[in-house]
Amino acid sequence: MANDKIRNFCIIAHIDHGKSTLADRILELTETVAVRDMEDQLLDNMDIERERGITIKARAVRLKYTARDGEDYIFNLIDTPGHVDFNYEVSRSLAACEGAILVVDASQGIEAQTLANTYLAIEHDLEVVPVVNKIDLPSADPERVCAEVENVIGIPAMDAPRISAKLGTNVEEVLERIVTDIPAPSGDTEKPLKALIFDSYYDPYKGVIIYVRIKEGRVRTGDNIRLMATGAVFTVVEAGFMDANSLVNNNSLEAGEVGYIAASIKSIGDTQVGDTVTNDSDPCDEPLPGYRKVNPMVFSGIYPADGAKYGDLRDALEKLQLNDASLSFEPETSVALGFGFRCGFLGLLHMEIIQERLEREYNLDLITTAPSVIYKVTMTNGEVQYIDNPTNYPDPALIQTAEEPVVKASILSPSEFVGNIMELCQDRRGTFKDMQYLDDTRVELHYELPLNEIVYDFFDVLKSRTKGYASFDYELKGYSPSKLVKLDILLNGEIVDALSFIIHADKAYGRARKIAEKLKENIPRQLFEVPIQAAIGGKIIARETVKAMRKDVLAKCYGGDITRKKKLLEKQKEGKKRMRQLGTVEVPQEAFMSVLKLDS
Amino acid sequence: MNTPMHGGLGIYIHVPFCAVKCGYCSFCSFPYTSSAAAGFVDAVIRNLKHYSDKGRPVDSVYFGGGTPSLLRAGQIEDIMSELHRSFVLSENAEVTLEANPGTLSRDRINGYLSAGINRLSIGVQSLDDEELKLLGRTHSAERAVKAVYEAADCGFSNISCDIMLALPGQTTDQLDKTISGLTELPLQHISAYILKIEDGTAFFSRGVQRLLPSDELTAEMYLHMVRRLGESGFQQYEVSNFSLPGYESRHNCRYWMLEDYIGIGPSAHSCCYGRRFAVPDDIEDFTKSNAQREYITEDTPGTAEERIMLSLRLRSGLQLSMLDDEDRERIEKKLPALENAGYCVRNSDNISLTPEGFLVSNSVISYLL
Repeated sequence: MANDKIRNFCIIAHIDHGKSTLADRILELTETVAVRDMEDQLLDNMDIERERGITIKARAVRLKYTARDGEDYIFNLIDTPGHVDFNYEVSRSLAACEGAILVVDASQGIEAQTLANTYLAIEHDLEVVPVVNKIDLPSADPERVCAEVENVIGIPAMDAPRISAKLGTNVEEVLERIVTDIPAPSGDTEKPLKALIFDSYYDPYKGVIIYVRIKEGRVRTGDNIRLMATGAVFTVVEAGFMDANSLVNNNSLEAGEVGYIAASIKSIGDTQVGDTVTNDSDPCDEPLPGYRKVNPMVFSGIYPADGAKYGDLRDALEKLQLNDASLSFEPETSVALGFGFRCGFLGLLHMEIIQERLEREYNLDLITTAPSVIYKVTMTNGEVQYIDNPTNYPDPALIQTAEEPVVKASILSPSEFVGNIMELCQDRRGTFKDMQYLDDTRVELHYELPLNEIVYDFFDVLKSRTKGYASFDYELKGYSPSKLVKLDILLNGEIVDALSFIIHADKAYGRARKIAEKLKENIPRQLFEVPIQAAIGGKIIARETVKAMRKDVLAKCYGGDITRKKKLLEKQKEGKKRMRQLGTVEVPQEAFMSVLKLDS
Repeated sequence: MNTPMHGGLGIYIHVPFCAVKCGYCSFCSFPYTSSAAAGFVDAVIRNLKHYSDKGRPVDSVYFGGGTPSLLRAGQIEDIMSELHRSFVLSENAEVTLEANPGTLSRDRINGYLSAGINRLSIGVQSLDDEELKLLGRTHSAERAVKAVYEAADCGFSNISCDIMLALPGQTTDQLDKTISGLTELPLQHISAYILKIEDGTAFFSRGVQRLLPSDELTAEMYLHMVRRLGESGFQQYEVSNFSLPGYESRHNCRYWMLEDYIGIGPSAHSCCYGRRFAVPDDIEDFTKSNAQREYITEDTPGTAEERIMLSLRLRSGLQLSMLDDEDRERIEKKLPALENAGYCVRNSDNISLTPEGFLVSNSVISYLL
């Protein structure tokens, strides 16, 4: 197929603004999927994605469309992750496209995430095609939303298709715009192979499947390809296209096309998103720009609730990592929690998703420790250390300066909540940068916030203080010096390593008090009184006590029937198994989890 | 305390009839009819023959229930006669019958006495009529008091009363009224149970457990009771049992001292012949079978775990020298924390729980195991 009949595009939309529904309608209209095969929201194929209505991993699909001009076109729809944690993956998906459809909800307007991703698309020279969705809603105001798109993003939008993806209204208009507005790909098939990896996943039969956009040259089965960042060389087994439900081997891919390559690749670590694929014997001069290795920003200890499940947890993490190279983990031991793993995540959502998948798909009961960011510590001897585990925080006497990561945050919200948002950001040690009105009722705020202030529950609290209307986006800005302290929690006088964390000195007292209270609520009364203390260094800054229990269930042993008594003791033993024994103190799993949600 | 004769035997007879089933009761009982009772008595006699053992003395017999006092004196006499034929009853054997105050009359009391009963355990439960009504008991406080006086008057010199505490809405003062009333009566022994609502009882389905006093208040009442009874001469010798010196129930103690007992009747439990076994709670099956059906509940009674669990119910406690080295060392390591918390006291080789320790005995035991 000639390149001028190919259109490579993605869809940018905020959560719930209808991206997946629009994608489904497009799939239907192009008859890529027989209607009977349609599952609601086909492109999101992980359960968690469906439930949360967000896309976690990029997917791509090839569609055929006969346009009003009578010509047949090939559409490559590349789905982009819809969350801030996956910003880098978004940028790589965008780099594989020539255009982006910007879906905006006709009643809610532009949200922070949409804005960030649209700017990203414009940065990549993509043609942005605005589409106003959900015009069937009574509260729809397409005029206002179109004006907002023009004002805020600065692209013409008054003639944007106004559609209802749900009802199928005007969706064909979108397809026509793809043909007329989005440029065809360029690229010379005679040049050495230069292809961009924008996604990959592990297939148990074929090994790692990489999704590529061929920028220059061609690739055929039997070719030796080289992945430029890692230097690894593989022989191509299949090269072809993605149908909605299967891979179709074409034995070749050419410049301008989007497709997949299977080359018996064993480890997903070799196939990093953003890397350039070239021909091993006829390589291109230099790789495509923009590649970087993704580094985890948030770390947390993950432990099996039942210590015997350590092996199962390791297997599960290994399997998840096959499809998610951005997940990192290494074994870790905690006095309190036993054997587990220190895991690194791209961000909070990524962490939640991994935890949820471990629990749901691998049926594991987990205890997780408070998320930590990476602190940069310069020692008095000049040595620089990066600390992602509070347990490894150095003795304060040996620290010259401590720095913490800071993010640039953008918050979009109806203007009535500005006061609440400012209060929240203030409370989270935020620095106000600027604020601008998008229109009469909506405002965008910019703050610099320490990352460790948003890793706990910032987004939840933001939502609750804005009745769910605010949207939030952030990117790492760098490190900035901070008054950090390590806060330890002691039960019965013993430090519980799994509960230690690093915090700004000004916030330590408040947090310590809340944690002590939460633990008191969640540690059941037991045989002995349990003093709960929070300490910085040797100094106790908060204290609570779980009083000793006064009475437990007394079994009658009437007529010498001691079976009831034995049952009670069995029950007690069972209960103990679910507890962590720390010295004489028994701590239930919930107690460890409760300190992660202090404001709820 | 009477030193139980080692190698002796106890006999428990479960009389599973009640005129009315109490809302809190989770024990085995069936509606009383005279024909069912007659059939039951015959079956008990057959079973006494079945278990006949003249090799060792029987030093305690206990008629429990249900409501044993629904049986006529003549029926008790028939059972006692068979006991004498099939077993050797030691001369000072303790022979207890549980009685409901409502079923006792002078005639019955005299009949039981002459049948060989020498200890009456009267189900008083409370000396407050409101509380009795709440518990669904059919007798009044006045009737209960009268029953004790009549029993003593007829010649019973070993009388026990059962009471319950931590009733819905009960205060320490209210409990104190029952205790004060009891200690003025001519009795030698008191059993006091904290009301526990078991799954499957009428109280459970009515949600009565929500109305129970808090653990805090229950503990306060229990400790108050232990103190008050002690002041009146009733020493605590077991979690729920108190007596004047020398009146500890020998039958009750044998359960905790791992001594043998044979239980006869539906749902009765036995520990004998090196195993624990029980009878299904099926009155018809029991009545028509030649020998009662048994099922094993424990193949190896007398393990260290049982010994620790059972002997710590008694104030006399656990002899550490009865345990093997490993168990003893583990327990000795854990003792100081228990002593510091006031749950237990140690006297060289002996450890025993305090009243505060009895209240949390399950936790103490599982801590030690």
